[in-house]
Amino acid sequence: MSTVSLPSAHAHDDHGHAASFWSTYVFSKDHKVIGIQFLFSTLIWFVIGGLLALAVRWQIAYPWSSVPLYGANFPAEGGQMPPEAYTMLFTMHASVMIFLVMIPILAGAFGNFLIPLMIGADDMAFPTLNMLSYWFMWPAFFFFGGSFFVEGGAAAAGWTSYPTISTNTAASPGSLNGQTLWLLGLTFVGISSMMGSVNYLTTIIQMRAPGLTMFRLPMTIWGMFITALLQAFALPVLTAAGFMQLMDRSLGTGFFSPEGNIVGNHMNSAGGGQPLLWQHLFWFYSHPAVYIMILPAMGMVSDIISCFARKPLFGYKPMVYSISGIAGLGFVVWGHHMFVSGMNPGLGMTFMVSTMMIALPSAIKTFNWLGTIWGGKIQYTTPMLFALSFVAMFIIGGLSGIFMAATPVDIFIHDTYFIVAHFHYVLFAGTAMGVFGAIYFWFPKMFGRMMNETWGKVHFVLTFIFMNCTFFPMHILGAGGFPRRLADAYHYELFNHMQPLNQFMTWAAIGMVASQIIFAVNFIYSMFYGPVAGRNPWHCNGLEWSAPSPPGHGNFDFQPIVYRGPYEYGSPETTEDYYPQIQPPPNADKARSPSQHK
Amino acid sequence: MSKYWSLMALVTLVFGTLCFAVAPTTWFWDKPIWLPDDYSEHGHEIDKLYYFILALTGVVFLATEFILFYFMWKYDANTNKEPVKYSHGSHSLEIVWTIIPAATLLFMAIVQFNSWAEAKMQNPMYGPDGVAGPNPDLEGKDDDLLATVEVTARQWEWRIRYPGADGRLGTPDDIFDVNELHVPANEDVIVSLKSQDVLHSFFIPNLRVKQDAVPGMKIPVWFKVVRTDPNVPLDFEIVCAEHCGARHYAMKGRVIVHSPEEYRSFLRRKFQEQSATVDPQAATAAGSAQ
Repeated sequence: MSTVSLPSAHAHDDHGHAASFWSTYVFSKDHKVIGIQFLFSTLIWFVIGGLLALAVRWQIAYPWSSVPLYGANFPAEGGQMPPEAYTMLFTMHASVMIFLVMIPILAGAFGNFLIPLMIGADDMAFPTLNMLSYWFMWPAFFFFGGSFFVEGGAAAAGWTSYPTISTNTAASPGSLNGQTLWLLGLTFVGISSMMGSVNYLTTIIQMRAPGLTMFRLPMTIWGMFITALLQAFALPVLTAAGFMQLMDRSLGTGFFSPEGNIVGNHMNSAGGGQPLLWQHLFWFYSHPAVYIMILPAMGMVSDIISCFARKPLFGYKPMVYSISGIAGLGFVVWGHHMFVSGMNPGLGMTFMVSTMMIALPSAIKTFNWLGTIWGGKIQYTTPMLFALSFVAMFIIGGLSGIFMAATPVDIFIHDTYFIVAHFHYVLFAGTAMGVFGAIYFWFPKMFGRMMNETWGKVHFVLTFIFMNCTFFPMHILGAGGFPRRLADAYHYELFNHMQPLNQFMTWAAIGMVASQIIFAVNFIYSMFYGPVAGRNPWHCNGLEWSAPSPPGHGNFDFQPIVYRGPYEYGSPETTEDYYPQIQPPPNADKARSPSQHK
Repeated sequence: MSKYWSLMALVTLVFGTLCFAVAPTTWFWDKPIWLPDDYSEHGHEIDKLYYFILALTGVVFLATEFILFYFMWKYDANTNKEPVKYSHGSHSLEIVWTIIPAATLLFMAIVQFNSWAEAKMQNPMYGPDGVAGPNPDLEGKDDDLLATVEVTARQWEWRIRYPGADGRLGTPDDIFDVNELHVPANEDVIVSLKSQDVLHSFFIPNLRVKQDAVPGMKIPVWFKVVRTDPNVPLDFEIVCAEHCGARHYAMKGRVIVHSPEEYRSFLRRKFQEQSATVDPQAATAAGSAQ
């Protein structure tokens, strides 16, 4: 860190021998390679998770009809999906999307790639640990993927794995073997996340470039930092609970099963436990995990919006305080998942108040995003479109949460499509759109080439329209009481008129998944044939944009010194409309200034 | 041209409003896709709170999406000739948009308290303070009008047990049924909810009732069906709302509403049928083994 070093020289300093293919691209300790490994792996799982969702949607639209493609697994039933398969599909759709896509694409892919670059470090604090955090995902990939092929199939107890359907091996086919593999997979995802979070915290605290104070960090780094804190404090609880459930299943302990719990003539344990205990432990992690899945995206969106509004981020410190507030409050709201679970209803009131209050920081962030584009000069690039759609969609996801927070209203809409609408607006329309924006935005830094803007916009428009047609009608289904996780709801008089709307949503979902082909082609083509990007194609202030594209090993070919925060767009101090963090003020001592790179 | 991207916020606004506007109508579907008819005493409170939140969040939704649209339209780089407003924020604005939403949210939480307490904490079996002693309103009334029913969920059916003439559950005159819950109209109904195997959830959309059934727990659920015209037959569907295995979707029950007199005669008839077919002693033994 103390001396200026060139990437090639640095590589040899570190290794003392020419880097082989294996140590450069496979077992690499370079944060950028690890970040891109995470990105590719999670994008592949994104495709798998999306296809699982389509199979689920097909069953909801046309129950018991022959399923295209997936139906080939059921030749005896004429391609018709049995209800067991349906429960497995929605369980694995959620598990894959949450544990193998959203959490690792934010923390693993973008956290890894961006943290050292944005704070002016040459790598993570613990490069070997970083490499392990990626490779510990692979057992999880194998456990989740392989569970489809064991007897009984993959886990089918819902992604929440509530006992006793998850602990009693006879309660559902997936509980026979798939659930064990699911728990093992979860454990490895947890280990990987923990390694990552320890590394991110150390790196952000210890390795910032000279002049980069905490309050000069980009919001992306603040998002990653708070996320890492949440992971570090909440994950041990889930890991412990996972082991307890594993023991309930395999060793006959009874943490989560009451006495005499018999399902299908099968008793797994002597009992003495409490099913609600799992729900408390699970949500103690998984509610903070909801913020783990959104805070980094909020950070990245803040950076993109400020850059393309050509204007400083409105209310930087309130933004920082509000994500810290979300993190703090995030630990005391888990009970809102359990309002009708049988938990003491008195507790419900407490959790309702804390849950209502957690809407406040989200509101503050939204107002500040609006404040950021107010009076700017907005450039409608593809990343900016995705970032602005994040804001438009997050408003919906944020507001619909208030319905579930209100305990009496939750009595009716709990476990209906209202909640399905809510978390898809936050996780797909929010996080995934933010992630698309971030990919378009940092792609030139990752691969040194630009993605195609026109096709990027086509991808945006199609995704935006299909997404809203898929997810918005879920609100009114929920208002109608349509329950989630039902393989066929139409034999209820209450719900049988909702099938045409569900068919419309399924076709929109198919359109949404198909639109991603445009993105995949654009991504792969641009990696090799896109126009070559310079160091700073978007004219941004962040430190990462002063490094070469793509940065060599060791990231910077000069020692970055930071003179200001990352949001100095339109500053009167300079004639340009941006003012990079490394550019010394005009009156600074010339001898101390780093060489200029454009 | 690029300012037309702002339409994305306007389209969101219009589409969202339209969805909620047409849902309660029959323009696109045979029946409204909206809150099902409510026949319970407490349900209108829940519906009122739903509309209250819908109105408040609706206003915020319209306002923020419109502001987003307007800013995106006005501050497009190609048409906005004014210099960029070089501003890092506004302390007073931050205070305004912290305090107003905070107060609103707190208010929204507080107005829920009574309705929640009524639905989940003030068991009509006990006094109005919700703690001890029999309800004076119910004292002196015929015990079986109290209509305590035990509902035991299992994969994939609702097992119903009524107390017999002695008004007590777990005695030889208990009456058994499956998936059909008979209740008296305009009377407090108290269900003792249990699960035999995995989690289930006892959901009656028309009565705004939902409560998970948890193995190892006995959870009280109460409601009062309001029937103004005794000549109109009333029955509602019971939906299982917590994933309980492969045939979760098929776990359907039915609530059948009677006048108090009909209800009593139904129970008597049911008991006679049951005594004629099974030995009541054996039935009790089977019942308590659950």
